[in-house]
Amino acid sequence: MMPRFEHFPHDADIGVRGIGARKSDAFEQAALALSAIVTDPETVAPSEKVEVECVAPSDQLLLADWLNRLIYEMAVRHMLFGRFLVAIEAGRLRGQAWGERLDPVRHAPAVEPKGATLTELRVEPYGDGWVAQCVIDV
Amino acid sequence: MDIGGLTKIGDTQWQVPKRGGMRVPGVIFADAALVTSMDDKVLQQLCNVAALPGIVEAAYAMPDAHWGYGFPIGGVAAFDPEEGGVISAGGVGFDISCGVRTLLTGLTRADIEPVKMALADSLFQNIPAGLGSTGKISLEPAAMDAMLGGGAVWALAQGHGRPEDLERMEEHGRVVDARPDFVSDQAKRRQHDEMGTLGSGNHYLEVQEVTLIHDVATAAAFGLKQGEIVVSIHCGSRGLGHQIGTEFLREMAEAAPGFGLALPDLELASAPITSELGQRYLGAMRAAINCAYANRQIITHLTRRVLAHFFPGGGFDLLFDVSHNTCKEEWHLVGGKRRRLFVHRKGATRAFGAGHAGLPAAFAAVGQPVIIGGSMGTSSAILAGNPPPERAFASACHGAGRAMSRHAALRQWRGREVVDRLAERGIIIKSPTSRGVAEEAPGAYKDTGAVVDAAHAAGLARKVARLEPIICIKG
Repeated sequence: MMPRFEHFPHDADIGVRGIGARKSDAFEQAALALSAIVTDPETVAPSEKVEVECVAPSDQLLLADWLNRLIYEMAVRHMLFGRFLVAIEAGRLRGQAWGERLDPVRHAPAVEPKGATLTELRVEPYGDGWVAQCVIDV
Repeated sequence: MDIGGLTKIGDTQWQVPKRGGMRVPGVIFADAALVTSMDDKVLQQLCNVAALPGIVEAAYAMPDAHWGYGFPIGGVAAFDPEEGGVISAGGVGFDISCGVRTLLTGLTRADIEPVKMALADSLFQNIPAGLGSTGKISLEPAAMDAMLGGGAVWALAQGHGRPEDLERMEEHGRVVDARPDFVSDQAKRRQHDEMGTLGSGNHYLEVQEVTLIHDVATAAAFGLKQGEIVVSIHCGSRGLGHQIGTEFLREMAEAAPGFGLALPDLELASAPITSELGQRYLGAMRAAINCAYANRQIITHLTRRVLAHFFPGGGFDLLFDVSHNTCKEEWHLVGGKRRRLFVHRKGATRAFGAGHAGLPAAFAAVGQPVIIGGSMGTSSAILAGNPPPERAFASACHGAGRAMSRHAALRQWRGREVVDRLAERGIIIKSPTSRGVAEEAPGAYKDTGAVVDAAHAAGLARKVARLEPIICIKG
């Protein structure tokens, strides 16, 4: 299964959906979908790495924690991310995000993600792989 | 939404009969066309809210209700702490105390037109807007806590505004019992350099013309005159509120089973008001409300400086400041008995009527201004709260609500095209983001007029004035 991401509609905001062969792939793709709310991830240079770790009692809350941690890092570091690597083991996520400082002219950021909501929150098998999704409040 | 399953109470009031686990009925205030255009999920969310412990009277949906998070956006629900009532982080939302304030200028369109472009440029340069924008004020820990405890009162002490501004804000610009110590270091760090910033999305600063007066006497009491210019500012508690919402939503979702809450939707995550978690959220959320008051106060100060450059000697008085994402402790008459309730307004505006003890003296005889935001190309509105009997715990709508998702808007419009079309109508848009403008295109929003008409007809608030945009600084 080729990993991919997409957005899905919500009345006020926007849904992110990551699809991949492994759960961790789906989480990486969901993160790319989050970045793509703001800008084209392809335009973000992977010049700086940020490492994060999350622990949650369910895959669903782990996804929300992962995306919220990225939103936090984007906000306080004034960064955008364009590449992700995720490892998940026994409810613990170790993630790496590569990106650069936001350049308003070059990245032309569309909107600021406020938080990953628990709405339409799903992490589940999908075909031969996994899907990970939720709605982002922007 | 299928209107067939609702009981018609009147042309603008529909009841969702109790079913399943609902403790109270749902009530939708809207005309048939607005109800029909609402997503089915509004009905489901209204029913879910009606099933929460300690809910009083009904779960209400305003005319602009749309699919939200746990609660519908445009939702109102009150909970009694003495009956196991809950407080919900999802029911307040991420953008805690997002709201609108309007400044009176005493200027006319003829004053504005000769300097319109220069004024737009200056506002855009001086009011930080858009993702990644930072304010000139950086708050270190002690100052941050003082701000979170003091709200607009703190902002005033720092030189941002005038004492009389406080008279024109809910709670006089400062919610008591805010607990900065319940706000995480992460939330404070996120706010470190975001004071005095608009943010992005549907947040804006707009120069508007009063193009129609509906209620002459109330407009006079508000200082609104046809043909005069006002400035409206729409933003909230920025990163601090977002982080508080994120953290408490997560904590409440995990704690819910321990409180015996079986949630059909995790986003409804709540805690009993009297619980340690409920009290901690209440204290942190109140600090975020103060942050929003301080933020809008600083932006007001920046705006006045720009206006004073172009129009020396102007007063630029504050008409009023309303919040539309809050939970507030209020007293309401329910079944002939005064009760202390915690009223969630998610995308809904408080609308106290004449005689309410919480109103500034200037509005005691007419009720409070209820400010309804439009979009870049559509009108905004000023309404007034109606006297008792209260409807929906003295609440009204907050805006038009989206008619189309951001996704769909992006497929339909380009930012440049939106800006050019609005320019043809004499409206200047200044924004750091072309894509953001496309997502916020006026066509992506419902007609404010229909929503306001429904709120008026339903008795939630009465129409006072219509405002049309001239300049919009879009975050």
